[in-house]
Amino acid sequence: MNVISLSNVDLAIIALYFVAVLAIGFYLKRFATSGEDFFLAGREMTAWVAGLSFLSANLGSLELLGWAGSAYQYGILAAHWYWVGAIPAMVFLGIVMMPFYYISKTHSVPGYLQLRFGKGASGLSAVTFAVMTILMSGVNMYAMAVVMKVMLGWNIHYSIWVSSLTVGVYVAAGGLYSAIFNEVLQFFLIWFGALLIPVLGLIETGGWTGMVARIQSNFPGQDFTHLWSTLGNPQDNPMGMHWTGIVFGLGAVLSMGYWTTDFLVVQRVLSAKDIRSAKMAPLIGSFFKMAVPLIVILPGLLGLAVLPDKLVPESALQAGQHSYNEVLPLMLARYMGPGLLGLGVTALVAGFMAGMAGNVSAFATVWTYDIYRPYIRKQATDAHYVWMGRWCTLIGLFISIATAYVAMGFASIMDYVQALFSFFIAPLFGTVLLGMLWKRATGPGGFWGLLAGVGSSVAMFFWVKFDPSALAIIALSAHAKPLAEDMYRALWSCLINVVVTVLVSLATRPKPVAELAGLVMGVTDIPKERDVPWVHKPVFWAAVSIVLLLILQWIFW
Amino acid sequence: MHRHLVPVWFFVGLLLAIYGVLILGSGLANLSHPPATVLGNLHAPIWWGAVLAVVGVIYCVAFRPRN
Repeated sequence: MNVISLSNVDLAIIALYFVAVLAIGFYLKRFATSGEDFFLAGREMTAWVAGLSFLSANLGSLELLGWAGSAYQYGILAAHWYWVGAIPAMVFLGIVMMPFYYISKTHSVPGYLQLRFGKGASGLSAVTFAVMTILMSGVNMYAMAVVMKVMLGWNIHYSIWVSSLTVGVYVAAGGLYSAIFNEVLQFFLIWFGALLIPVLGLIETGGWTGMVARIQSNFPGQDFTHLWSTLGNPQDNPMGMHWTGIVFGLGAVLSMGYWTTDFLVVQRVLSAKDIRSAKMAPLIGSFFKMAVPLIVILPGLLGLAVLPDKLVPESALQAGQHSYNEVLPLMLARYMGPGLLGLGVTALVAGFMAGMAGNVSAFATVWTYDIYRPYIRKQATDAHYVWMGRWCTLIGLFISIATAYVAMGFASIMDYVQALFSFFIAPLFGTVLLGMLWKRATGPGGFWGLLAGVGSSVAMFFWVKFDPSALAIIALSAHAKPLAEDMYRALWSCLINVVVTVLVSLATRPKPVAELAGLVMGVTDIPKERDVPWVHKPVFWAAVSIVLLLILQWIFW
Repeated sequence: MHRHLVPVWFFVGLLLAIYGVLILGSGLANLSHPPATVLGNLHAPIWWGAVLAVVGVIYCVAFRPRN
């Protein structure tokens, strides 16, 4: 039985979305003529457009459904991934790292590594990023098709081909322009499509206090509504997490790595029209990121309070039952009538398609600029690289479709891909950070540090797989769940990367300081903002963002 | 933005306005027999559709393409 049944008006709303994104893609095609247009949206986006796009690139439907399910499973602890696991990193990107990305005029994160460390580190990060991105795109595609089948009864093959061909056509036409425009569109659809769930949910439960009382009545003896007070001992919370994993693994390494070095999100900020917009974009994104738990975590908590049947893990699913990941569709179906249901489903479809578009546009840029240009065809015209970008958008999409079909054969491939993805993000943060902040870091140091970080992360993963008792060493607790294990693996691999980079750098010859101008702190002339009113200064909004974050921690302690 | 690129906000406004009208119309059509959803008696499609339509029209007017 499907979770949701759609009326004609719902179907009209969904169809209209497909028409709109294709029309926008064809409209934008005329603007994507040069390499800078196609791959960086002409570097003419305002802080607001770049900021919302930066946030939306991460706000895919898999994320929404997955974290709403996690909120049902782990309670408000899931909000850490939106607050301490995102806001400090976004602020750090805007204030500390963005000036170097922007002033160096790089087109990508591997492009920055090329300028700072040379071909070794750049090539390694470009290849791993390209492979991971295309794999993630395919797995997202498959996950979308499965969700559409479960929710609406749609055919899996039909969902995969229609959505991916639509994405392929509009990204190949308008490049990053199309991806960004659709991400902004998706941002509004997700908010308007999902905001009614917490509004009506809180009306039904009689507010926050009423919701907490119902959860305590439904799940006696379990604490689902405190952020920090249960993190003193891993056995006291449903995640098996200690506070050090959240603060150091998630807050200091994994989220820093994701938000500051994952090119999928950084590419959006590089499209900003000037350096102040580039600094403001992640800060604008941080305020909206802080609010996302309202439409993701709160529906999961409301599910604990109001859903008549208890949801179960995917692995224990039996006929007639629903899994954690279905909490958001179930809440949609609970409150949304004809029309609103179409808007909610469109928001989810838009989220999936924007996620695919983000992956293929980032893949096209890294392939064309960081693999094809330096290693395959060095001296070609700008028009040739745009042509290559368009074609590899489509080719990337077809590889993604093939990956989606491969994913059908492996029930747990999503877990493995997410682990694979995390292998490369945390170590990369160490490399980029040392490159930006330490003049003495050398090319060989950057390459061997990154290789050691990635290698150690993979080794730790397989160590625990083949010897589960190693979990107590890696994650400091034998009770750690996969999420907790990821946090500690990220922390150790980043530290190993930093140690190896420092040791190899000290043993090798540094670059002349003159060659580091525009790339490293201390030898880069960053424009001062003395004459700018304080309300327009990024540092002011960074402080406001951090204060709001602290207030939220205190409220939900 | 140079080259007379129509602002993304205009497209956002256009889509929200059309969606708002469709959802509002659907809510009005079901006014006498609201759907069997929880709190269906609050007629959410009517006021939420109206909110969408108003926001959409404001964006369309404020960011309409100019020569």
